[in-house]
Amino acid sequence: MTDQPLLSVESLTKSYGARRGCEDVSFDLWPGEVLAIVGESGSGKSTLLNCISTRLEPTSGSVSYRMRDGVMRDLATLREAERRFLMRTDWGFVHQNPADGLRMRVSAGANVGERLMAVGDRHYGKLRETATDWLGRVEIAADRIDDRPLAFSGGMRQRLQIARNLVTLPRLVFMDEPTGGLDVSVQARLLDLLRSLVSEFGLSVVIVTHDLAVARLLSQRMIVMKDGNVVESGLTDRVLDDPAHAYTQLLVASIPES
Amino acid sequence: MSAAPSLSVRNVEKSFTMHLRGGMRLPVVKGVGFEIFPGECVVLGGPSGVGKSSILRMIYGNYAVDGGQILVRQGDGYADLAAGDPRTVLALRREVIGYVSQFLRAVPRVPAVDVVAEPLVSRGVDRAQARDRAAAMLRRLNLPETLFDLPPATFSGGEKQRVNIARGFITQHPVLLLDEPTASLDATNRDIVCDMIDAKKAAGAAILGIFHDEIVRDRVATRILDVTTFSARKAA
Repeated sequence: MTDQPLLSVESLTKSYGARRGCEDVSFDLWPGEVLAIVGESGSGKSTLLNCISTRLEPTSGSVSYRMRDGVMRDLATLREAERRFLMRTDWGFVHQNPADGLRMRVSAGANVGERLMAVGDRHYGKLRETATDWLGRVEIAADRIDDRPLAFSGGMRQRLQIARNLVTLPRLVFMDEPTGGLDVSVQARLLDLLRSLVSEFGLSVVIVTHDLAVARLLSQRMIVMKDGNVVESGLTDRVLDDPAHAYTQLLVASIPES
Repeated sequence: MSAAPSLSVRNVEKSFTMHLRGGMRLPVVKGVGFEIFPGECVVLGGPSGVGKSSILRMIYGNYAVDGGQILVRQGDGYADLAAGDPRTVLALRREVIGYVSQFLRAVPRVPAVDVVAEPLVSRGVDRAQARDRAAAMLRRLNLPETLFDLPPATFSGGEKQRVNIARGFITQHPVLLLDEPTASLDATNRDIVCDMIDAKKAAGAAILGIFHDEIVRDRVATRILDVTTFSARKAA
């Protein structure tokens, strides 16, 4: 870890007309750090994720990102080409529904290879080799490389989406409920996979989840949101073992002991 | 005893506010103050509910502190863990403070040997070498070899505890917190853990622990710190 943040969010607010999506949110993310944003449906956590990943324009406040050259840039000032370059190479975005992050009608191999082609890789044999390697990393058998994700189970699709995102070795990955909607056993496998990939590649991650067990397993720090506001933040196990805010106490008290 | 303490706890206090119980305030401890020097094993004493585990958790940073300082020796200086900055706590956990909890929080699908090796791998030790050292540690604790490659979720209490101990003892943290590490062990393995604690002391680690087992306590304790004097409950 270095002493300079990779991402810096300052007083971010997003309003939908009179309704507030999220209000006055500030935090820093350091290289190699996993930050979980937790809260119930409608708490503003996905709005926040979409604002910091430039998928939504904030109403006020700013998001800055340290580019590969070490310079901190306000994302609102990026040219469209720069923003697209970030989205395609330096960042990943893992959607809850794999169909939102995959191209369902092209092969698994092409799904993985596409982002490499976007950064200029053209050699077919090499693309296929890298795609095979990445399918292996996410535990998809090499003989499925020519199958379309339509033929995959939910868990496989999600693993494919992860491979597609990580193949360009992004420095920052956004995840929106990546384990939501999966069976418990499939979830455990995915969590284990995410954990090892995050530590192997030293990824920085902002993960939105309503599942506190997922937050505990993956993140070092955590932000708790309610009604668009951050009500508590801190070290993940501190927030979960000694929640200070009434809402966090309610959340923690609502999970069955395991 | 060296002149500089590894850990210095100063006037620490802690209470819980139970918002789901109408904001009831539950005082736990106040005026907690002590120092631990390299090579010492200080045992927290006193009856259940007096705040022993809470003190341990504040020093590991998973309980917040209402007041006071927890100064941890880091390099040539001290960092105040009680200030609650997550990155300070994370850095101290990585470099200085190790912790063996009573229960293993098992990660699904990760084999026992990798659970134990993980603290070394995350410090940059080569994976194969880390696994060898983890296996040696588990062998020393008499964990059956057939369990090494299985996830600990299905292990017995004593087996899980040994995985937990191996994981906590595999690194060279200068401060080690032990929360009843021998509670579900048989006499043989308990003695082995006592030997391991002695070895850590000899190597200069400062150890703070909770041991309800008198045999273990008498064997490993350099001194016993009576937590009753810090308990906020009697006054409440």
